[in-house]
Amino acid sequence: MQDKYAREYWRANIRLLMILLSIWFFISYLCGIVLADWLDNIRIGGFKLGFWIAQQGAIYVFIALILVYVKAMDKLDSQYRDHHPSSPEQSPEDSSNDAGDDSEITGGRE
Amino acid sequence: MTVQLWTYLFVALSFGLYIGIAIWSRAGSTNDFYVAGSGVSPLANGMATAADWMSAASFISMAGLISFLGRDGSFYLMGWTGGYVLLALLLAPYLRKFGQYTVPDFIGDRYYSRSARLVAVVCAITVSFVYVCGQMQGAGIVFSRFLEVDITTGVFIGMGIVFFYAVLGGMKGITYTQVAQYCVLIFAYLVPAIFISMMMTGNPIPQLGFGSELNADYGGGYLLDRLDNLSAELGLAPYTEGQRSTQDVFFITAALMFGTAGLPHVIIRFFTVPGVRAARKSAAYALIFIALLYTTAPAIAAFAKTNLLTTVSNTEYQALPEWFYTWEQTGLIQFSDLNGDGAVQYTGDASTNELTVNRDIMVLANPEIAGLPDWVIALVAAGALAAALSTAAGLLLVISTAVSHDLLKRSLMPGITEKQELLFARIAIFIAILIAGYFGINPPGFVAEVVAFAFGLAAASFFPAIVTGIFFQRMNRQGAISGMVAGFLFTSGYIAYFKLIAPESNSAEHWLFGISPEGIGALGMLLNMLVALIVCRLYAAPPQHIRELVDSIRTPGDR
Repeated sequence: MQDKYAREYWRANIRLLMILLSIWFFISYLCGIVLADWLDNIRIGGFKLGFWIAQQGAIYVFIALILVYVKAMDKLDSQYRDHHPSSPEQSPEDSSNDAGDDSEITGGRE
Repeated sequence: MTVQLWTYLFVALSFGLYIGIAIWSRAGSTNDFYVAGSGVSPLANGMATAADWMSAASFISMAGLISFLGRDGSFYLMGWTGGYVLLALLLAPYLRKFGQYTVPDFIGDRYYSRSARLVAVVCAITVSFVYVCGQMQGAGIVFSRFLEVDITTGVFIGMGIVFFYAVLGGMKGITYTQVAQYCVLIFAYLVPAIFISMMMTGNPIPQLGFGSELNADYGGGYLLDRLDNLSAELGLAPYTEGQRSTQDVFFITAALMFGTAGLPHVIIRFFTVPGVRAARKSAAYALIFIALLYTTAPAIAAFAKTNLLTTVSNTEYQALPEWFYTWEQTGLIQFSDLNGDGAVQYTGDASTNELTVNRDIMVLANPEIAGLPDWVIALVAAGALAAALSTAAGLLLVISTAVSHDLLKRSLMPGITEKQELLFARIAIFIAILIAGYFGINPPGFVAEVVAFAFGLAAASFFPAIVTGIFFQRMNRQGAISGMVAGFLFTSGYIAYFKLIAPESNSAEHWLFGISPEGIGALGMLLNMLVALIVCRLYAAPPQHIRELVDSIRTPGDR
């Protein structure tokens, strides 16, 4: 059985996923497909809005969603660690590298 | 220097670079061979993922497809980028935390079952083979068109290069060559797009250019408005309005998105980074690098279509620009003067239309249409080859690991040493290259027809099995296996029926809920989940050690 910090961490994670995936669905399936014809009545420069979202805007939103996720999860991870200094799941391959600096090209599974 | 000399120079230079990287990054262990020692930085992995992902089809065909589909073409754009949101949020970090080598590894371990692993092996190999044949064919076409060697020789050269760095370096060699290939292909894609955008609208950023006003020599007015008007005059569908039914576009987009997130050659890229945090970050980099090309493609599509409609339509054959004749010789542009007036009539009506344009031409001929210097034309050839070879290498690796690791080491011959496993991996990749090369030279008629198959299959089999494996602890092996089999059979059956068995009935009135075979994978995915959830209830919960495994992949594992 998991401890309460692990459960809290997981709940916070799920909440974040729900929010981000709702935006993902809203922008691509609703704005880009279902409501696109209606949004086309609005124009930005030479673009109709629905068309622009379907061919450009949605992609920019996707990038923003992943960037927000990366930031938020890094924060959530460090909060978890504050409550949980010796994580039992911490496997050796993960702790041997990636210590704060993601760009180092060392380490491995051994 | 002629175009051909420039092409030889660029292709030779880029191939020299790939071989150099291959020698530098030889693989010494199975760990190197399968996951590049898990030491790839998120930035490098982002580029490698982008090159892995963007195939010959993305590079050569996508802009052309959008050009002819207009707004409906958006399902390619959103589908092939939106999948990365799912990958980053639902799969990549957890699979990296799980930390094995392949997708069947995860399925087999999480569902504590050899049959589950074998089902996954079959899906992985089928999906990857369908895909890789197309890449080899793409490489062959570029060779034959730009270097004027025949397609067979072209495929042999492509096979030789992939063989060299994939067999020698495995994932390690592939990763670092893909980084180089990404740089080559994105440069080759953007340079002509920027030139054309400048020329037509005066705006150097293509993403903004296609929403800007045209220069005076193109008649002024907003580009997209002009495109709509021109299309209407010729009896073609308006460019910025959708033609397909909303639910079909919806399902195609979904099938492409979930399929993207379920493709094994994309997923395994996230096993190569040092940790969970790096996996998330690298998904962000990957999508940014992919978006550079994917946001440029619709701009190229609009520019190319405008160019085609303004310069070719209703023009006397004798007065056409030079590039028209060059590409007419290749058969990619066909003009038949039906009414004998000596001018080209391009219309939406099949009985009066005199012009047939192959969609691939939109990217390949763009530099000539825009009158760009010879070296830009040569650059496009090198870029298209980089796109084809990088994707082929990633797919071949999936096939080889599925055979040497999942089939031999983990199922049939658990006793083999690491050295033997590595040897088997190299032999498997060698055989896979030969088979892919064979199909590249003798393409079966159905390869192009079943591209949707790879996505639909990945969406209907892998995606739900992995996601429920992570997010639904109660899911047991009976549920997961029956879900995968149901999704697989339903999707492949539907596609096979409309594409192979009864292609004459492939039209909206015969489709289930109006969903075309391209979009059926999304429905297959829902069916997979439904079956899995029902069957799951009928059998016991997974054993304790599996519940612990799920707990452990859910908690942060690295700093």
